[in-house]
Amino acid sequence: MPRTQKPTNGTSRRSGRRSPLASVALIAIGLLFTGGAYAAFSTSTASAATESASAQTVAEGEKLFAANCATCHGLSADGTSAGPSLIGVGAASVDFQVGTGRMPMQMNGPQAEVKPVQFTEEQTAALAAYVASLAPGPAIPAAELLDAQGDAAAGAELFRINCAMCHNVAGAGGALTEGKYAPALDGVTPQHIYEAMITGPQNMPVFNDMNISPEDKRDIITYLKYVENNPSPGGFALGSLGPVSEGLFLWIFGLGAIVALTVWITAKSN
Amino acid sequence: MASDETSGKDLTATDSAGVDHGSAAAGIAVVSRDAVANPGFPPHRPRITDLDPRAEKRAERTVYTLFYLSIVGSIFAIAAYMIFPIVPEDPGSVRLNNMFIGIGLALALLALGIGAVHWGKALMHDEEGVDERHPVRGTDETRARAVEIFQEANTESGFGRRTMIRNSLIGALVVFPLPAVVLFRGLAPQDQDPVALLKQTMWEKGTRLALDPSGVPIKASDVTLGSSFAVIPEGLMDLGHGLLEEKAKAVVILVRMKPEDLIETPERASWSYDGIVAYSKICTHVGCPVGLYEQQTHHLLCPCHQSQFDVADSAKVIFGPAKRALPQLPIAVDADGYLIAQSDFLEPVGPSFWERQ
Repeated sequence: MPRTQKPTNGTSRRSGRRSPLASVALIAIGLLFTGGAYAAFSTSTASAATESASAQTVAEGEKLFAANCATCHGLSADGTSAGPSLIGVGAASVDFQVGTGRMPMQMNGPQAEVKPVQFTEEQTAALAAYVASLAPGPAIPAAELLDAQGDAAAGAELFRINCAMCHNVAGAGGALTEGKYAPALDGVTPQHIYEAMITGPQNMPVFNDMNISPEDKRDIITYLKYVENNPSPGGFALGSLGPVSEGLFLWIFGLGAIVALTVWITAKSN
Repeated sequence: MASDETSGKDLTATDSAGVDHGSAAAGIAVVSRDAVANPGFPPHRPRITDLDPRAEKRAERTVYTLFYLSIVGSIFAIAAYMIFPIVPEDPGSVRLNNMFIGIGLALALLALGIGAVHWGKALMHDEEGVDERHPVRGTDETRARAVEIFQEANTESGFGRRTMIRNSLIGALVVFPLPAVVLFRGLAPQDQDPVALLKQTMWEKGTRLALDPSGVPIKASDVTLGSSFAVIPEGLMDLGHGLLEEKAKAVVILVRMKPEDLIETPERASWSYDGIVAYSKICTHVGCPVGLYEQQTHHLLCPCHQSQFDVADSAKVIFGPAKRALPQLPIAVDADGYLIAQSDFLEPVGPSFWERQ
């Protein structure tokens, strides 16, 4: 080992005409060049990919589907006794279910739960492209509907009328029947919120564009992001769960303080 | 029974103020011979502040420090009100304002209270003492005098003698609350029968179903499978006065399921349209809005008391305290494809009331 090191030391000393700074500069230039070339290359492929979901992506998705989903949903995605048909559910449904980790489902239960996402973004996109190629269905929403820059007040009204009964007025989630529940909405990406509304995952009803227009959906997302990003004016929200958590807090800390004060007042001073 | 020869009087005197138990019925005032003797007070135990002048000084310092702290808290609350004003459109400012004023006021009151209690416990005189309960019954002279005063008043005023005056006074007092009854009755609807008001809603034959809150009418084709729509009668939003009263009765939830999933009785077979059904959103238990629709099970859950209704089967109650199925709104489709009501609900919406059949 020291033998191999020696010659390299020797060469660097032999090319010692250049200052040490020159080699640093050379490396920096090399890195810049390769990085720039890579960036240029990858942006060009990205723009090419958005042109159309290529046949290759669909084929890729089909392979992934056969390997990971077909056990329950059937080899041609037309459903089995273990899982529903996916024909016509659209790319939005796949992006929601797979992108939030709900699918592939870990085990049977009242409902599929959020868990660590099992596929990369490219794999999810390939699966979505494959399922979308089977029959027309809701597509992944456009970015301008997901910017959360709409009318939060209008969104709040729509949210109270259509969503708050299950998801809680502050989006903190709530219980449904027989172990099912409406999940909390904080931290959910605008894209997934939008996709849930148009596809109605599991027991959630569908809110199609005739019921809540795309603009209205944007307002609802705006409201949810506003609630998420602004502190509760009342101080501790205690999970925004209402009387249950607030009552428990007062029961323990409020009554506890009263009991402690009473004990102190009636105790004899020493 | 009630007394023993030596100590019975003492025992009764302390707990029943000198009432003579000799005449009391058996079993009312038994004082047994082996009653626990009053042990008296434990020996007085001097506090550390009574013994150690330095401890006394320290307690004194603590008390006045707490009182000064209370002053600081009050001034802090005033300062906080000025330093952290409520800025319109900024919820965070409300939070800061409330929090700092609250801290100041809590400090002011708590320090005051704790200081006062500490003063009482550590410094004030603490010799134990007894206040004997004095007899409640007045002396015979006082009682006789009281009776005499009543009689004198009766004679002097003529209350017992001048019966016309007495009776008219009683009459006036009885009539006096009547205006209140009439005035409060005026707050309720007068020209309408409240029972009829509760029985009828804004829905009538041909009223289009519209979206809440925009009021846009809904086409049957808009309602896709698995959808749930929050519905109001068209024209509701044009009502100025009474909008909320009408809305509270007329709100409807509209869902679509596969027609084969729907279980319909023959008399209601014409009330739905191609799997689209409309039910009152007002819970038949105590009137909460029932809105938690599960599109796969077709169950509708009321968030207030967990009543569950099966929308696929005439919205019958399948769980919880509600006693009646949700009233169904009979719907049809007009020539332009819009959903319309065939009539009003055929039974009153909302919770039971006494005239309801």
